[in-house]
Amino acid sequence: MKPFDLIKTTDPKHALLQKKEQVQYIAGGTNLVDLMKKNIQVPDTLLDVTEALGHRIDKQGKAVQIGAMARNTTVATDAMILRDFPLIAKAVLAGASPQIRNMASTAGNLLQRTRCPYFYDVTTACNKRKPGSGCSAYEGQNRMSAVVGYSTDCVAVHPSDLCVGLAALDAEVHVFGKDQKKSVIPFEEFHRLPGNTPHLDNNLPEHALITSIEIPENPFDKNCAYLKVRDRDSYSFALVSVAAALHLDGDRIIDARLASGGVAHKPWRWRDAEQFLRGKSATAATFGEAARLIVGDLKPLTHNGFKIDMLKGAVETALGQCLHV
Amino acid sequence: MKKGEKLSRRFFLKTTGALTLLAAIPASLKSAYKQVKNFIVTEKKMAPLTVSVNKKAYALDADTRTTLLDLLRENLSLTGTKKGCDHGQCGACTVHVDGERVLSCLTLSAMVGGKEVTTIEGIANGDQLHPMQEAFIVCDGFQCGYCTPGQIMSAIACVKEGHTNSVAEIKEHMSGNLCRCGAYNGIVESIQKVATT
Ligand SMILES: Cc1cc2nc3c(=O)[nH]c(=O)nc-3n(C[C@H](O)[C@H](O)[C@H](O)COP(=O)(O)OP(=O)(O)OC[C@H]3O[C@@H](n4cnc5c(N)ncnc54)[C@H](O)[C@@H]3O)c2cc1C
Ligand code: FES
Ligand code: FES
Repeated sequence: MKPFDLIKTTDPKHALLQKKEQVQYIAGGTNLVDLMKKNIQVPDTLLDVTEALGHRIDKQGKAVQIGAMARNTTVATDAMILRDFPLIAKAVLAGASPQIRNMASTAGNLLQRTRCPYFYDVTTACNKRKPGSGCSAYEGQNRMSAVVGYSTDCVAVHPSDLCVGLAALDAEVHVFGKDQKKSVIPFEEFHRLPGNTPHLDNNLPEHALITSIEIPENPFDKNCAYLKVRDRDSYSFALVSVAAALHLDGDRIIDARLASGGVAHKPWRWRDAEQFLRGKSATAATFGEAARLIVGDLKPLTHNGFKIDMLKGAVETALGQCLHV
Repeated sequence: MKKGEKLSRRFFLKTTGALTLLAAIPASLKSAYKQVKNFIVTEKKMAPLTVSVNKKAYALDADTRTTLLDLLRENLSLTGTKKGCDHGQCGACTVHVDGERVLSCLTLSAMVGGKEVTTIEGIANGDQLHPMQEAFIVCDGFQCGYCTPGQIMSAIACVKEGHTNSVAEIKEHMSGNLCRCGAYNGIVESIQKVATT
């Protein structure tokens, strides 16, 4: 690890003033410290923002505001989140381990880097780690890689579970910019597709701080599920995951939300399938149709064709689980 | 002026000159070496740190890169906490910070200043083992013992958090601790034993 200065700040304005190239914010450190040990990220200064930003979870009107520094465990065990936004708690609990969730912050979870093995192996080419060097995964060991939205320059997937839930519920990211101006980024526009600039994971303006996440009130508190399929039962990243939520009137679907992790460079919303489900009756046949619609869009790589059947099954199962809660 | 005096003055000037030069060489060499070294490897940054471990206060200067795991093992000689992967993937380094289980290998020691750290060395009461330590012995909660300090710290937290209502729940909330020997059944039993007594 390259030596660095560590500065603790209790003021977000001060943090923004100090932030420049080679200076990086640190929250729980669960991703950044790991990447620094591997010399994938080599800041010369760390700004500890754990006491500069909010960690409270508050209802504001009918929406909930989750402070950037709210720990993953706090989010998953908060009584109001469990009651009104249970999909979020389920998604968080499907991620990492109790120890890591105790450390990890909400903002850090959004900004964690991909787990593509080539990104982690500094002896290989990776456009995300070293722009212009090439993508080793595109024709390499790509069983964990994307099946939709990728480019020949990058097939990495975003590893977060929380973000899949946030995408499904139309969350918003509240940002404090280098120019000291506040702005709001809709969740779907926060993470980006790789295109030919895969070194950029998201559209957070340079040097900006995430201050909180807002989730609007929604009718999906009763019938929702988060299903994660992985190489082992727990403490493993998703091969595919599905956040499913239904708003029902009897067995008629008024509204539906479907999003996936492990399939793309960003949490992926299945808008066509959501549209298809609206107005239909909530039956296994309907869910099967929706799942078929979803996998029709997939373009697997050499080693991840299995994700088609896996995702199809996961969508059907998750929608089914929405009825049994 | 006498010849001897002249010689001795010259001798004096020569020797002092040579000595100054000699003294100067290592100094400049030293700094040149330091400059070259700093060019190749950046100079380490030290920072003062105060931390309480097992209710004992420590004040020391530590390299900012020091993780809590390395601080415990290398600086404080508390080697009970183990280094498995050093990358957050095994749980061997689990300790409590302010009563919550965390991974010490991904925690920068500079960020635990002022907090209370509890390690496996701090849970017994004198010669009286912690009930979880007793349970691991009775229930065969380990084989080689390498993962055990992390397992026990995690298990104590698992009980405190109340995640002991079923075997499945215990397994899920202990999934952050891997055991290469596969002592999992004994570990689950140990937790059940402590949770029900
Ligand atoms: C073994 C392992 C398994 C894991 N499994 C899962 C999993 O299954 N699912 C899952 O979702 N996650 C998983 N994770 C990832 C974990 O959830 C993330 O590492 C964590 O959420 C990151 O949060 P942090 O606070 O520790 O971030 P840090 O490591 O502190 O920071 C991450 C990045 O965010 C930046 N940053 C932090 N806060 C701010 C802010 N307020 N504004 C702007 N920038 C900021 C930092 O500069 C850094 O670039 C796993 C991690 C490990 C080590
Ligand atoms: S040594 Fe910390 S998790 Fe493995
Ligand atoms: S007892 Fe050997 S690794 Fe767990």
